[in-house]
Amino acid sequence: MVWNREGMAARAALELRDGFYVNLGIGIPTLVANFIPPGMEVTLQSENGMLGMGPFPYEGEADPDLINAGKQTITALPTSSFFSSADSFAMIRGGHIDLTILGALEVAGNGDLANWTIPGKMVKGIGGAMDLVAGVKRVVVLMEHTNKHGEPKILERCTLPLTGAAVVDLVITELCVMECDKRHGGLTLTELAPGVTLDRIRASTGASFQISDRLRERTADVGVAAGSGS
Amino acid sequence: MPSKIYPSPAAALADVLFDGMTLMSGGFGLSGNPESLIPEVRRAGVKDLTVISNNAGADGFGLWMLLESRQVRKMIASYVGENKLFEQQYLSGQLELELNPQGTLAERIRAGGAGIPAFYTPTGVGTVAAEGKPVEEFDGIRYVRETWLRADLALIKAWKADPCGNLLYRKTARNFNPNMATAARVTVVEAEEIVAPGEIDPNCVHTPGIYVDRVVRCTVNAKRIEKLTVRARETA
Repeated sequence: MVWNREGMAARAALELRDGFYVNLGIGIPTLVANFIPPGMEVTLQSENGMLGMGPFPYEGEADPDLINAGKQTITALPTSSFFSSADSFAMIRGGHIDLTILGALEVAGNGDLANWTIPGKMVKGIGGAMDLVAGVKRVVVLMEHTNKHGEPKILERCTLPLTGAAVVDLVITELCVMECDKRHGGLTLTELAPGVTLDRIRASTGASFQISDRLRERTADVGVAAGSGS
Repeated sequence: MPSKIYPSPAAALADVLFDGMTLMSGGFGLSGNPESLIPEVRRAGVKDLTVISNNAGADGFGLWMLLESRQVRKMIASYVGENKLFEQQYLSGQLELELNPQGTLAERIRAGGAGIPAFYTPTGVGTVAAEGKPVEEFDGIRYVRETWLRADLALIKAWKADPCGNLLYRKTARNFNPNMATAARVTVVEAEEIVAPGEIDPNCVHTPGIYVDRVVRCTVNAKRIEKLTVRARETA
């Protein structure tokens, strides 16, 4: 058994802290918003110029002037604020955002991250990813452990063009959690998803890693939350 | 002060368009796009444009209109996905593309408006975004030097404007608009509403009128939604 998309999002939500300002990337990271523990206040930033993102609007109430960075219609909260793109990236680059959770194509043991382009395919663009990994205090990657060909996405060195060099703090996949020492380099396996063996991690990881002496198998604390959240 | 209000988008752009010019166009995706001014640029037929905008429109909308008429020579943008026409023109070599990280793009524009020719940013150090640019260390961290962006003309979408050019934007339609409004030789604004002097609270002005040259009431205000996402209403 491995974590499904909701399980991965629920595990990532354990990185949230009360009072955090957080930027969530597109895809599975967006689901993390569904797993904010009751009673915890987390303010979501959208890099197109908003702090305090609310849920999707009710049918018939969507406002074209109120979208997130994925261009989805959203809502505001009584405490939300709007600002320009330059202000938005000043708060990102200036280290005012506590945490970003984003997807990746490749992560390397030295903390390098690649998530914006595959050479030979059409360039879609960079968007805000380079600014986020360069400026946010803590960078968490939430991604599938291997690519669609079953090849490792966690490597000694990235092969794809980088989004940032030595920027990743934590990697969460459907199989495990690994801490990354972005200052000195090096991965440490800290958690296994339910039923996942060390051999499976070794077989599907393209980088060497240490095994934490606190290594544990996450079970009910995340798995149950994954089932109950929506 | 003479009023900055023009009778139509065509009149507001009549004498400021020329071949080879650099244009800034506000908006993030299709939110906050100058929907009335872009078609006038198309109608005027000016060519070899360099266009600075976060995106290049979406199939059939926004800056896509200037791609389709082949008026754009170069785009400076942060994200150009979900745009078949852009892809086609770029891959066939008709269109030049300069990709910037979104925050670097925003800050280059802000710097252009603020009279700062260059600045250092941590964004993109060690990536292709920093290739060929000077890198310098400050307090032990490496930063790349980026330069300002300025334009001949900025096309801006506002919610409310008064005859002095004071502007209010609406929600996330603000995005690049206030930054671009400061960074061009001529700034033309289309507003959803033109209000009398004094109707915008001075305490709440987003863009002070000094940055704005011309104001026109928008004639197109379609505000197309790219990705409609909703939730079901809970039934009690």
